[in-house]
Formats: sequence, structure tokens, C-alpha cells
Amino acid sequence: MTTTTAPAAETAATKPLPRQPWNRHLLAIAVLTVLLIPLPLILPPAQASVAVRVLIFALMSIGWNMMSGFGGMFSFGHAAYFGIGAYAGGYLLVEHDVSPWIGMLVGMAVAAAFATLIGFLALRYKLRGAYFALATFAFAEMLRLWATNSEFVNRAVGYHVPLRPESSWWWLQFEPSSANYFWIALGLTVIALVVSVQFVRSRAGQFAKAARDDEDAAAAVGIPVMRYKLLTMALSAAITAVAGAFYVQYFLFIDPDLAFGSSVSIQAILPAVIGGVATIWGPVIGAVVMGPLNDVTATILRNPPPALEFLQGRGGLDVIVYGVLLIIIVLLLPQGIYGALRKRWSRR
Amino acid sequence: MTLLRVENLAKSFKGLRAVDDVSFEVTEGSILGVIGPNGAGKTTMFNLVAGALRPDTGRVHLGGKEITGHAPHRITAAGMTRTFQLMRPFYSMTVLENVTVAVLAGGAAKRTAREAAAEVIARVGLDRWRDSPTEGLPTAALKRLELARALASKPRVLLLDEVLAGLVPAERAPVMELLERLRTEDGVTLVFVEHIMAAVMRLSDSVLVLDLGRVLTSGAPEAVTRDPRVIEAYLGEDPHAQA
Repeated sequence: MTTTTAPAAETAATKPLPRQPWNRHLLAIAVLTVLLIPLPLILPPAQASVAVRVLIFALMSIGWNMMSGFGGMFSFGHAAYFGIGAYAGGYLLVEHDVSPWIGMLVGMAVAAAFATLIGFLALRYKLRGAYFALATFAFAEMLRLWATNSEFVNRAVGYHVPLRPESSWWWLQFEPSSANYFWIALGLTVIALVVSVQFVRSRAGQFAKAARDDEDAAAAVGIPVMRYKLLTMALSAAITAVAGAFYVQYFLFIDPDLAFGSSVSIQAILPAVIGGVATIWGPVIGAVVMGPLNDVTATILRNPPPALEFLQGRGGLDVIVYGVLLIIIVLLLPQGIYGALRKRWSRR
Repeated sequence: MTLLRVENLAKSFKGLRAVDDVSFEVTEGSILGVIGPNGAGKTTMFNLVAGALRPDTGRVHLGGKEITGHAPHRITAAGMTRTFQLMRPFYSMTVLENVTVAVLAGGAAKRTAREAAAEVIARVGLDRWRDSPTEGLPTAALKRLELARALASKPRVLLLDEVLAGLVPAERAPVMELLERLRTEDGVTLVFVEHIMAAVMRLSDSVLVLDLGRVLTSGAPEAVTRDPRVIEAYLGEDPHAQA
């Protein structure tokens, strides 16, 4: 029983454990928040509304990234949760005179419940990869058709948020150019970011990542895989629902296509993919790229320059631009902008 | 005292009886080696015992409690953990993070989980690779990671599926020594599937021979490997020659 390469038990406690990045992330979030607070006071109103748009994209995608990035379950149907958030807020406000804040909470709860149901069915029947993504898409489409045809939510007409004579925090309504919209969106986004940092460092987040990497191995070390996958989905859905609930209050209007359309699902996916899937900052960076693009394409369609006059009044340019952008990103930066930057930093 | 008892386990795949009426017992603190030619049903039997597959018939008892058909995570929680023949690390994580997740899954507090994981890593001799990503690790390190991750849940029974396969002889000796220490120092009961006969002969208290899904014979290692039926099952090769 002689061995030359004895297991190196002696050197055990000598090496200090590596530091973890969580507190650095939280610090970065805090610094960024403080820097961004004066932004709407500096920006002209048109740009300030682009900034709000960016934050809505970020919120949607932070939610998507939790399930599809950290959880590894690719969703092509986050419009379902965005729409549930939007419709819960709109419905409760218009039909029952309930504050949008409460509507937001209800939307989060309903979206989480719906995600758990979809997730249970999809996992129960062992849908993977493209089949899983298609199932999520199908459920979002189901909701769109239901909303379009159901008297309960005003069919295809949707909801107009009634205008109030005075600004009110309780009713989440201010003058159109008010900086409050930006601050609220910023606050919600910051909360979502902090939640995602805390999630990834938590027991649940670590289990979800393990289950993403190898489901059987995760089960073998004792992780109840199904439970943590469903938890991840519910949390993801709740965050995206917040974006929907805020969207209605900001744009004062929702209909089935704006809420549940497949372009909404794409808007939840793209920021994370552009910025970096399964990274804390990816969705935020991607949203900063996508928000202005969205605005530019909308402007071009409204007032095209002479060379592009044929575009006047047409839709869909934004989707084409997203498509091109996606191809470029996938080819040049397969890990997204943040992923590529991080790689470069760590190589130094 | 019998810790693991398997009774009349059977599993068919589309008419093929992969495991057919397999029964055996493992005494607490002992080491059972499972051998058999390729396709004998060793890995299927493992999957049935560990809960990755549900048996058609038969029962599995761990420490007097029936665990037949329980989900793998529940069987791990009950005190029996398996490793995989092909290494299956959590690829996005470092070695330390891999083992930390397993420690957390065992119910440890988050505060102490990383220290506990570092201890397990040192124990299996993986210290050198502790902070490395799993991508690009040599086979020997990945095999030890499988072991470390399984040990992290503090199992009473450890099911090892070809933990020595793919290692060069110089790398096998320390792993075998480690397995022996797990038994003597920690009282872990081991069931291991292995092709390398030298390891089976050295480690096993008793040996179970599977062939075509059935138990061919079982008993002390020396007796089993001299059994003509075992030699026959290995197509006339002397099993000792594989060492």
C-alpha cells in the first residue's frame, strides 16, 4: 500500500477561499443608481422617454434572463408574463378603480402562478430545448387569443388608462414629461437587479444553475430539480410582469398585441442576448443598445429621409433592425457585450 | 448489519431484460465490487438502485427503509449517493463551486458550505484544481471531482460507476487508497462497478458477478474469479488477465 502521489490532504486549509463577486455587483448597482438619478433633469424630454423605454426593456429582460439564462430554460413566451402584468394593472384600474401598484402586485402573483403551471406541464412531459421554447410560445399565443376574444378584458380594444386631473403617486400618473416616470422605472429596475444578484448567490440560484448544467448530476447530489426550476420560472415571470404593469401606466394603453404579441417575447430575449445571457449586467447593457434603436426606427418610419420614402407609415422596421443586430452579435460576440468584455478583463 | 438490500430487481427495455431478478445485500462498512462483461446490466442496475430508473419489479431497502422508485434526490437525502461513469461536472462552475452546490444540497448552512467543500476537495486530493473551471480539467481530476461531489452529501452508501476507468495505473493507486480510507475512517459503505480486476480484487470484501442481466454468482473475490462460469462469461478470458 505504498503510493508516491499521496492525496494532498496536508495543504488543505492553507489556500484562502476565492472572493465572490456579489458585493461588487451590489456596489456597482448602487453607484450606477446614484449617477442615473439626475438623468431626466438633464435630458431633453424626448430622450428621457427613450431612457424610460430602456429601463422597461431592461426589466423585461432581467426577468427573462433569470429563467432562460441562469435557469437554462429558453423561453420564447415571456410576452405571457409581460401581458399578464399589463392586463392585471389595466383591468383592475379601469374596471375596479384599483391602484396600479396593487395591480402590479396582483400581476406578479398571477404571472408567477401561470409560469409555475406552464413549467410544471412542460417539465412533467420532459420538453427540452426547442420544444420547451415552442411550448412557452404557444401559451403566450393562447393568452393573446384569449384576450382578443374575451369580453372579460375588453376584447381587441384593450384598455385606455383614464387620465386624472392631478399627478398622483398612488395612481402612478404624472405629467407626460415628468421625471417621476424615469425614477419609478429606475427604482423597479434596480430592485430587479438586486433580486437577480441575490438570487444567483442564493441556495436556490445555485441549485438552478446546477440543474441547468446537468439535471441528472444535480438530482444525484440531492437537488429537487423540478422544485427549483419552477421557483426560477415563477420569479422570472414576476419580474417581467412588473415591466408590463409599468408599461401600461407609462403609455396609458394596452391591447392584446402590445401585451401578448410575439414581438414582446423577442423584446424580452434580445437585451439579454445582446448584452450577455446568464450575466447580471447583460440585460441592462443590451437594453441600453436596444432602447435608442427602437426609438430611431420608429422615427424613421414616421418621417423617413427622402432616400427611404417608401418606408413611410410601414411597420416592422424595428424587427428587421433587431434581426440584423442579433445576427451581428451572434457572429461577433457570441457571449454578448458583457460576456466579451469580461473575457477580455479576466485575460489580463 | 445489512445496510443496502436489493430484492428481485428487474427492468426491461422494449422486451430486452437488461436486469433480471437481481438480489444482493451489502453489510454496513463493507465494499461490494460489481463485475460482468459489457452489457451485463451493471449500469442499469446502478440506475435502478439510485433511482434514475424505476424498476419494473423488485425492491430496494436502505437502512431498513424502502426506497424503491424514489426520485434520485430523495435517495441521496436518504443517505445513498452515486457517481457517473462519464464525468458530469456542472460545467459553468469551478471545482469549488461544484462541490459547494453539493454541500448545500445536503442541507448545510450557506456560511459554512464553502469551507466544508474545500475540506472535501482536499480530502480527495483535488486541492491543486480547487479554483479552476471544470472545462479543460484532466480526466483524473474530473474523476476525483465526481467523487468529491458525491462525498459532499455525506453518504452512508456510495455507488461508484467505474471510478477508475480512464485513469493510468499510476493514477489509480491513490484513488483506491482513498476509497479504502473512506471505509475505514468514515465508515462509508461502497458499491462499485469496475472493469479493472486488480482493483476489484484489492478492494472488495465480496464480489457480485452479473451476466446478461442476471446474477451469475457472488462471494469472496478469490472464489468468484476462479469460478469457471465467471471465466466462461468473460468469453474464456481469464479475468485476472485484465488486471
